[in-house]
Amino acid sequence: MNIALYTLAEASLAAQIGIPTFIIGILGLVFGVLLAIASKVFAVETDPRVDEINEILPGANCGGCGNPGCAGYADAIVNKGEAINKCAPGGAAVVAEIAKIMGQEASEVQPMVAHIHCSSGGHKNTNWRYQYQGVFSCKSAVNLAGGPNACEWGCLGFNDCQRACLFDAIQVDADGMRQIDMEKCTGCGACAAACPRNLISIHPIDQKVFINCSSKAKGPEARAACGSEHACIGCGLCAKKCPEGAITVTDNLAHIDAEKCTGCGVCAEACPTKAIVVLGSRF
Amino acid sequence: MTYIGEIFVMAMSAIFIQNFLLSRFLGLCPFLGVSTRIDSAFGMGMAVIFVMTLTSSITYLINVYLLAAYPYLQTIAFILTIAALVQFVEMVIQKNAPALYKSLGVYLPLITTNCAVLGVALLNTTAVRSDGVTPYNFLDSTLNGFFSGVGFTTVLLAMAGIRQRLGLVKLPKYMRGMPIALILAGTMALAFYGFMGFKL
Repeated sequence: MNIALYTLAEASLAAQIGIPTFIIGILGLVFGVLLAIASKVFAVETDPRVDEINEILPGANCGGCGNPGCAGYADAIVNKGEAINKCAPGGAAVVAEIAKIMGQEASEVQPMVAHIHCSSGGHKNTNWRYQYQGVFSCKSAVNLAGGPNACEWGCLGFNDCQRACLFDAIQVDADGMRQIDMEKCTGCGACAAACPRNLISIHPIDQKVFINCSSKAKGPEARAACGSEHACIGCGLCAKKCPEGAITVTDNLAHIDAEKCTGCGVCAEACPTKAIVVLGSRF
Repeated sequence: MTYIGEIFVMAMSAIFIQNFLLSRFLGLCPFLGVSTRIDSAFGMGMAVIFVMTLTSSITYLINVYLLAAYPYLQTIAFILTIAALVQFVEMVIQKNAPALYKSLGVYLPLITTNCAVLGVALLNTTAVRSDGVTPYNFLDSTLNGFFSGVGFTTVLLAMAGIRQRLGLVKLPKYMRGMPIALILAGTMALAFYGFMGFKL
């Protein structure tokens, strides 16, 4: 039974290499064949639709749908009756494909994108309280005495959102400001979850007017702390000027109701600190 | 010594004195990962017992009949065996106990790289009976694998039992989760240290 015919010292070089290779090869072959047989015997029947849907999904595993990854979402659609329009990165095309497989009507999906509600956070437009020299991460910086920037609501500028983005949609420009590429952004919300200051909101792509500030400090404080000088001071001028009544001011900060906003831009012109932006016509 | 006595010595030393988790410190990943609930710990333990026993017997045959002249092939051949076995166990569990398959999660394939399993296969090749001379035969190796698995499961279950109760205890925030589990593991290892030096 012992197939080692001669000892290593006597064996030729070819045998020294060949026999061990042969042994391992045979072992692998035997186990491979046995496993192949076992996989037929113990085959588990899965719904083929799960695999089909999983192939259609973008495979980014962003978790935006609330499931652990794309495979989890595919399983949830087929086995738990989850809604088919939750995949933000896939958009309408993916929903249509899934609808075809599941035999459902494709419901209209509003494409969503992210927006950063702060105009600070760059090299030039941030007031620093101290020089932070730790790990280059917002989550880490915000834990050191409340963060190195003067505005305790403002962007820290350590690009956690950029690193969280799976679609390369957030770029840092020459001034150190994060710019969201609306073409690439899928509205999955990974950046919003990564921001320790909750500066990022996900909104319908046709919303154009935003308050570019999240400071709840009183007017003079907000202004003093803000490096970009575009702080919302909570004056309420925008709320008064808005023809649709879409703006409310709470906690010294204006909010725009996306449902009522028509994108006229009156508020942006009225704002004394230029804290309101109309996308496509940045100041 | 009679063979029954021999088996007793082997069992005691594999379960208590040379316990894989708390004396040899092998296979700690599932020890911390799957010890949060008793039922999944039990499933994991059973899978490990099964894999260890089969591995011990198969690797014994491979070692004696195939690798006698090539002892340096032991590690790679044993890993191959273990990987195939774990794959097999995974298929069986997925077919027959889907709930257990879900609760074991990633730790089931991780048995492949569980060094306790490779450890028992490699230790069997050099292990000797209590007379200090006779090397393990086929039955000895298989039994040693089985008892090592039992020792693994015993400690895993004890740990899971304590951790389940710890879930009800009010702990300071910095102690919750992994820190207290590690302290627990260390304390248990100290207790098992008391078995060291028993001469059976």
